[in-house]
Amino acid sequence: MKTKGIVLFGITLLWAGTVWAGCGIDKGSVRILSNDFKAMHAILEGVEACAGDGLTITKNQTTEHKDIQVAALKADPAVYSSAVVANSSIVALYNEGLIRPLDDLVGQYGQKLKKNQLITIDGKVMAVAFMANAQHLFYRKDILEKAGLEPPQTYEDVLAASKVIKEKGLMEFPYAANFKVGWNLGEEFINMYLGHGGEFFKKGTAQVSVNNEKGLATLNMLKALVEYANPDYLTYDSNASAAVWESGKAALMTAWGSRAVSILDDQGSTEEIVSNTVVAGAPTVAGGSIPATTLWWDGFTVAKNISDEDATATFRAMLNGISPEMVKANNDVAVWLIEGFVPGDTAKGVFESAQGGAKPYPMTPSMGLLHMALGSEIVDFLQGKESAEKALADVESAYNTAAKEKGFL
Amino acid sequence: MPHRDFIKFILPSLLAMMLFIAFPIVSVLVQSLYVEHDQVMIVTENCNPFGCEKETIIDIEATAKLKEEEPLGKFNGLGTYTNRSHLAFTEVAEAWRSTDSFSAFMVKIYDLPFYKALFFTLVYTFFVTPVGIILGLLIALAVNSLPRLFKGATIFVSLLPMIVTPLIGSLILFWMIDADGIIGATLQYLYDDSSLSLKASAGLTWATLIFYGIWHQAPFPFIVFYAGLQTVPQDVLQAAMIDGASRWERVWYVTVPHLMPLVTFCALIMLMDNFRVFEPIVGFSASANATSLSWIIFNDLRGQETPLFGSAAATSMLTIIGVIILLKPVLYRTWQDFKSKTA
Repeated sequence: MKTKGIVLFGITLLWAGTVWAGCGIDKGSVRILSNDFKAMHAILEGVEACAGDGLTITKNQTTEHKDIQVAALKADPAVYSSAVVANSSIVALYNEGLIRPLDDLVGQYGQKLKKNQLITIDGKVMAVAFMANAQHLFYRKDILEKAGLEPPQTYEDVLAASKVIKEKGLMEFPYAANFKVGWNLGEEFINMYLGHGGEFFKKGTAQVSVNNEKGLATLNMLKALVEYANPDYLTYDSNASAAVWESGKAALMTAWGSRAVSILDDQGSTEEIVSNTVVAGAPTVAGGSIPATTLWWDGFTVAKNISDEDATATFRAMLNGISPEMVKANNDVAVWLIEGFVPGDTAKGVFESAQGGAKPYPMTPSMGLLHMALGSEIVDFLQGKESAEKALADVESAYNTAAKEKGFL
Repeated sequence: MPHRDFIKFILPSLLAMMLFIAFPIVSVLVQSLYVEHDQVMIVTENCNPFGCEKETIIDIEATAKLKEEEPLGKFNGLGTYTNRSHLAFTEVAEAWRSTDSFSAFMVKIYDLPFYKALFFTLVYTFFVTPVGIILGLLIALAVNSLPRLFKGATIFVSLLPMIVTPLIGSLILFWMIDADGIIGATLQYLYDDSSLSLKASAGLTWATLIFYGIWHQAPFPFIVFYAGLQTVPQDVLQAAMIDGASRWERVWYVTVPHLMPLVTFCALIMLMDNFRVFEPIVGFSASANATSLSWIIFNDLRGQETPLFGSAAATSMLTIIGVIILLKPVLYRTWQDFKSKTA
């Protein structure tokens, strides 16, 4: 009797012990750096569920993560064991050799990962992606109906629709987009230029080549679009244009798919606006076949300057954060790339853009420099102060200066 | 005071200044002379959720080896100072050759980022400093003549613009001048033009930034002059009153000369501060129409995916040189005053 009791007690202890260890990781230090939005909160919740004896988990979720990631991971040992990155920010970490290949860890623990979640550079898995994003079209179906218009399929349709809406007096500034000087404006040019089928660099080199007829067509299309936008368009970032939409001041908008979640919820806007907001894939332009947008992925990396034990613990903890269970509980918070995601209304725009064949944002090492040159040098053209050719020449000069300093030229 | 005691007295401050001011400036100067090593690129196949593509990437091992051998980078001498994002010698020479009128030349110069920033910075400095000083003096004179009961409260209210953090103050004004904000909507109503926007035109943006600058800076000379006003010699003032001088004449001939050293002091501080204008440009999202030297340093360090350290270092050194040039007259005057007193 007594032995039976002791054995039973022992078994109960062991069982409780395994439950207490959370995800079965019993030691290590997991330190995560990521951006600060709803989807990241959901993932980190799943990661923190692993915390327990011997395994410490800390996180830093900030919109400034891109600015601090390189310096933080350069330290030895790295300040963070994992940095959440996207197409553009992984380049900065990879170039400095701050992240480690994940092939072994994926082989050991990553059976549940889908093939297209693995980001490989030079044949090695450098990151595991978990969500996708893209800029696409939002439109107000009630305004389009009132104006007697069909939903636009191309940017030329968007221009025509805006013209009709403005002439009928339905809205003064029907179009909205993120044209804020700097990164946002550069992104608009890049999306539109890829829609025209343009290439940014001469094949295999870091020599820029945007000063061509596709670049000119891109600039002219952007100029035509801003005619229908609020005159303050050069100060509108993602927050400002979402606010414009939710206050019913725009009928056609190019915005990030991740914004759909907060626009289509029941806060910050009226029933009329929300129920009439339709999300669609990005339009094509100039008779092209692919949507004029870029596809972005978000994923996590594991730092190089940490112990192997921390690396394993971090990988396993992050896998727990991006598990199919997490997706089931937070299905509509993002466009997940994970097993078990069911695309809903908010994901339609990104899905249609991806299926239409939109290109991913280029991961070329010097793309960031070109992006910033675009974001600052095309302002004068949009304000009507210089010609399109001069603007593109300025872009190339600014890029060449920055590329020379960074050693690409 | 014997020199030995003087050195002992000043040593802690001197050490702190060496450590926190002098050495960092030397470090920035050294960094501005270097650029990054030439990157070694290779072509590889990269895969992401949307497909696989052949792309050029950096050869990490080769680059890491280069960095280990020469950590500072490639020596560029003054190359960074003369490139297009700084003094742009080649572009300026080309503009001089290819234009025949001075205004056309200026338009071409204005296209270069450093000169655009310098132009706005100088305009801002030379508008905000004198207007701020005059406004501060007027407020000080006004407050000085208030009955004692109201003085405390008025001084507090007058100091508020400077106490409000510049970024927050400029954000608040930014929201007010928005077309949906109180100032923006009122202006649109008054001018009966629904597309009037203070943020969209360069001229109006500059005016808004300068207006904000004056509003924010005025309390500083106000409080300095207010303190100075308490020391105006009363006998000279009374003599002037007996001689029949009007209020205005008393201020111009007695008070203002008495406050002249304070004016010099305020001008010194305000010139230095205004030359480094930065927060209003961020708060007003005004970089489309107005950039400043501090703003382009910030943009080099934070606006990019990868920071451009050499470029930011070069602009910082140019800003220091600019401040020295600006302050030369004021420093010269202070030196003259000092020499005349000890002579």
